[in-house]
Amino acid sequence: MKIGRRSFLSFVIGGAAGTAITPLPWKLMDDSSIWSQNWPWTPVPPDGEYSQSNSVCTLCPGGCGITVRKVDDRVVKIEGMKGHPVNDGGLCLMGLSGLQLLYGPTRVKTPLKRVGKRGEGKWEKISWDEAISEVAKKLADIRSNGGSHTVGSIVDSENGTVPNLFKRFLTTYGSPNFMTMPSIQDSYAMTLQVMQGVSAQVGFDAENADFILSFGSGIIDGWGSPVRMFKANSAWKANGKKVVQIEPRLSNTAAKSDKWIPINPGTEAALALGLANIIISNSLDSKKISQSTGFDSFKKLVQNEYGTDKVSKITGINSATIVSLAKNFARASKPLAICGKGQGSIPGSLNEFMAVHALNALVGNINKEGGVWAVTDTEYINWPKPEMDSIAENGMQKERIDGAGSEYPHTKSLLNRLAEVINSGDGSLEALFVSGANPLYSMPGSKAIKNAFDNIPFIVSFSSYMDETASNADLILPNHVYLERYEDVTTPAGLSKPIVGLTRPVVKPQFNTKHVGDVVMLIAKALGGGMADAFSWESYEACLKETLGVKWDILVEKGFEFNGDKCVLEGDFNFYPDAMKSLSDFSPVSIEGSAISYPLLLIPYDTIRLANGYIGDPPFAIKTVEDTVLKGKNSCVEINPKTGKELGLTEGRYASLLTPRGKAKVKVHLYEGIMPGIVALPRGLGHTAYDNYLAGKGCNFNELIGSTEDPVSGFDEAWGIRARLTKV
Amino acid sequence: MSTQDDKAKEVSADGAAGPIILFFILGLAASLVFGWIIFPKLLYSQKKQPIDFNHVLHVEAVEEGCESCHFFREDGSFSGIPKLEQCVDCHEEPQGEDPNEIKFVEDYVANGREVPWLVYARQPDCVFFSHAAHVKKGEMDCGTCHGHIGESEHSRVYEENRITGYSRDIWGKNISGLKKHTWERMKMDDCAECHTTKEIKTDVETLPWPINWLPRPYEKQTGNQARVKTVKEACFVCHK
Repeated sequence: MKIGRRSFLSFVIGGAAGTAITPLPWKLMDDSSIWSQNWPWTPVPPDGEYSQSNSVCTLCPGGCGITVRKVDDRVVKIEGMKGHPVNDGGLCLMGLSGLQLLYGPTRVKTPLKRVGKRGEGKWEKISWDEAISEVAKKLADIRSNGGSHTVGSIVDSENGTVPNLFKRFLTTYGSPNFMTMPSIQDSYAMTLQVMQGVSAQVGFDAENADFILSFGSGIIDGWGSPVRMFKANSAWKANGKKVVQIEPRLSNTAAKSDKWIPINPGTEAALALGLANIIISNSLDSKKISQSTGFDSFKKLVQNEYGTDKVSKITGINSATIVSLAKNFARASKPLAICGKGQGSIPGSLNEFMAVHALNALVGNINKEGGVWAVTDTEYINWPKPEMDSIAENGMQKERIDGAGSEYPHTKSLLNRLAEVINSGDGSLEALFVSGANPLYSMPGSKAIKNAFDNIPFIVSFSSYMDETASNADLILPNHVYLERYEDVTTPAGLSKPIVGLTRPVVKPQFNTKHVGDVVMLIAKALGGGMADAFSWESYEACLKETLGVKWDILVEKGFEFNGDKCVLEGDFNFYPDAMKSLSDFSPVSIEGSAISYPLLLIPYDTIRLANGYIGDPPFAIKTVEDTVLKGKNSCVEINPKTGKELGLTEGRYASLLTPRGKAKVKVHLYEGIMPGIVALPRGLGHTAYDNYLAGKGCNFNELIGSTEDPVSGFDEAWGIRARLTKV
Repeated sequence: MSTQDDKAKEVSADGAAGPIILFFILGLAASLVFGWIIFPKLLYSQKKQPIDFNHVLHVEAVEEGCESCHFFREDGSFSGIPKLEQCVDCHEEPQGEDPNEIKFVEDYVANGREVPWLVYARQPDCVFFSHAAHVKKGEMDCGTCHGHIGESEHSRVYEENRITGYSRDIWGKNISGLKKHTWERMKMDDCAECHTTKEIKTDVETLPWPINWLPRPYEKQTGNQARVKTVKEACFVCHK
């Protein structure tokens, strides 16, 4: 038998035929298709037990209730809590992206001590014991050298137990320098103080208003409690209520309003008073209110100084528009005027707030349905007054470094003045604590703040994230993030019903972090003496439980509690407080820079897609920013095509933006929705810290602007700065 | 010129027919042996469970049968293989002398480490399967899909498909894909056996007759209606 080529082929054919009647080809085909769906780099989340926990989001002052979905011990989704009085199931982009702040790369995982130069990014990992004893030693040295008043702290707000622990710490230590991050809440509180004589927070019954007159407030751009405002805005649309937006730029809020009225920036107070004049002259004001203190003087002021033609000239809005706006506003059954530009991170001009508040009073909507309310915060913090030793007593007698309470008697905190005081050598700080705030990025004039911080020898950051302030600190004592800790949340910005909410841990701390409240107590205990006695609680959790008392159980079960109507403060309305006297001769809000060298006006704008406070945009959020806001690595400036033509700038061109404070390379976006002569730049970009998803994208508006003091309150009123835009 | 070539062809054709057929048969036989016997042996690797588990012993000790350990959570989701937390209720200390038991307590319970059980019925991640819909609503027995696992005294060898990483139980023990019982295979076609044939399952109550204005017989729906037979475009009910 001869075995040849044919035999071999025959064997192969036989094999092929045989294979076809075995399961091999069919099984392999099936298996390879399954294999191709299960490549190891395809992420497959492990399955487990599903559970949900309710908590409160603290990423902004909005105070939304959240429901966190977990699989075993892993958080997989954050949703708005149904039935919560603030957001009832809704949630914003930042809230949804909160997971990336928990698991993302930007977290500080353990206490860190700086080893290189400041801001160089060289750190040494240290233990909590070392970290706390280091801080305590430093503070003890400063105190024994008689410098207790040169220690300061910057926290996000003055409400709640954590800020109050800092305040108590400084008080018993002997320093009055408890500073808070500024916002429009400060201006509103002062307005209520001078016009109604009440110490309260402002609340808006926005849902029940039927004509909303907004002086540049970003109703759907993150103003107030953002999700609540989205919902209110949607309800206005659905029920045919009117929204009029007054601002120089066609923002998202303006675009969604019933009427957008562009105005010369900085002249909003004049418009409000002009409207008041028309309302009074046409007897459209609430009759009851005309009995109020100072009404006659106010009437005289607006009639003499704010005639429609004059206001038209100041604001650039034509007279007929002003008249019809005043009449429509006054004739609405529940009109509401609001102010505070954009997201409300700059306190603004007190004159503007008072003028707008007077407008509300004229139509009789103070403490009325659909109106403006003066609400006290839930006063549940009733700690015993701490024992103070002589050093503490002496320290507390010293003037604050920022001049609040002395130069500006009615103001509690003026962080905007800190940089100038330190840089001019008028005052100094030996140590600074920063918690829940990122002033090196988010304060206007951030370059000056950076210089001032360079002159503070010891900076401790309590940040959970490697933000700009943390990366320039000497020690970082990382706090748990909001999904890992307990904390009380006081009434959200602008809510007319006072509530208290409870943030609580939904997962175990992921890293070697500690609650900032516990750390403050541990430092106080390490310092010993009266300070240790003032913080006799076992832990922050014990302190919070004791502080909340009977509320604790309700909060644990429900997540929030109303504080009833008892918190509404009535007060005699004063139409013409002393603070208003400067309005007898109107001048627009002052702007830095000369109009000759800087022919344009640079204004900031906010969008809900960009966070510009303590929290930077998480990776998911930054991806949603349009390419007319951020293109590649450059921020886009908006200018009117007319301005573009004059400057020879076309769409997409690179340009150099120069202000008296700084310089940035930007891209030009021609936009019909902005008044000629104005340049608008988004806030929330240009981070240098956090992670690679955020750092190095765009430019920081706060580096291009400085702070301008309001003559009455001392708050920062700078809404813009002179600027020049040139081709590159 | 060509006569010689033709002759040669004839000769070779006559002489080679035998070997050609023989080699065809040899090839056929070899491939059959390979495809049916050797291939399955190569395809699956044999793995032992970390702990040899005795279902019989446990079923006797518990009160509610399968559901004592494999229960539905409050939200309706199915717990699957018990977590250590449940085992610890009884196995805080070794129960008896069995080496498996001692290993379990020492290696896992003492260290608080979950047992890495190999799951015979694990489906790919893209398959969405609700136990509640089948067991609660459809009133199916566990055994319909999982067989007599509750009667096993030892853990079977876990045969893992080297290509897909899933258990042999999905395709079935029989490499041809044929099965005798419903629990012997867990591929899509096996799901389809019910999902292409069974119509609607509705809890109904027959109303007393006569109700004048209604045609007979009249049935009132008492429970929710569930469609078993999947309709067109229903792929995404199971494939997420």
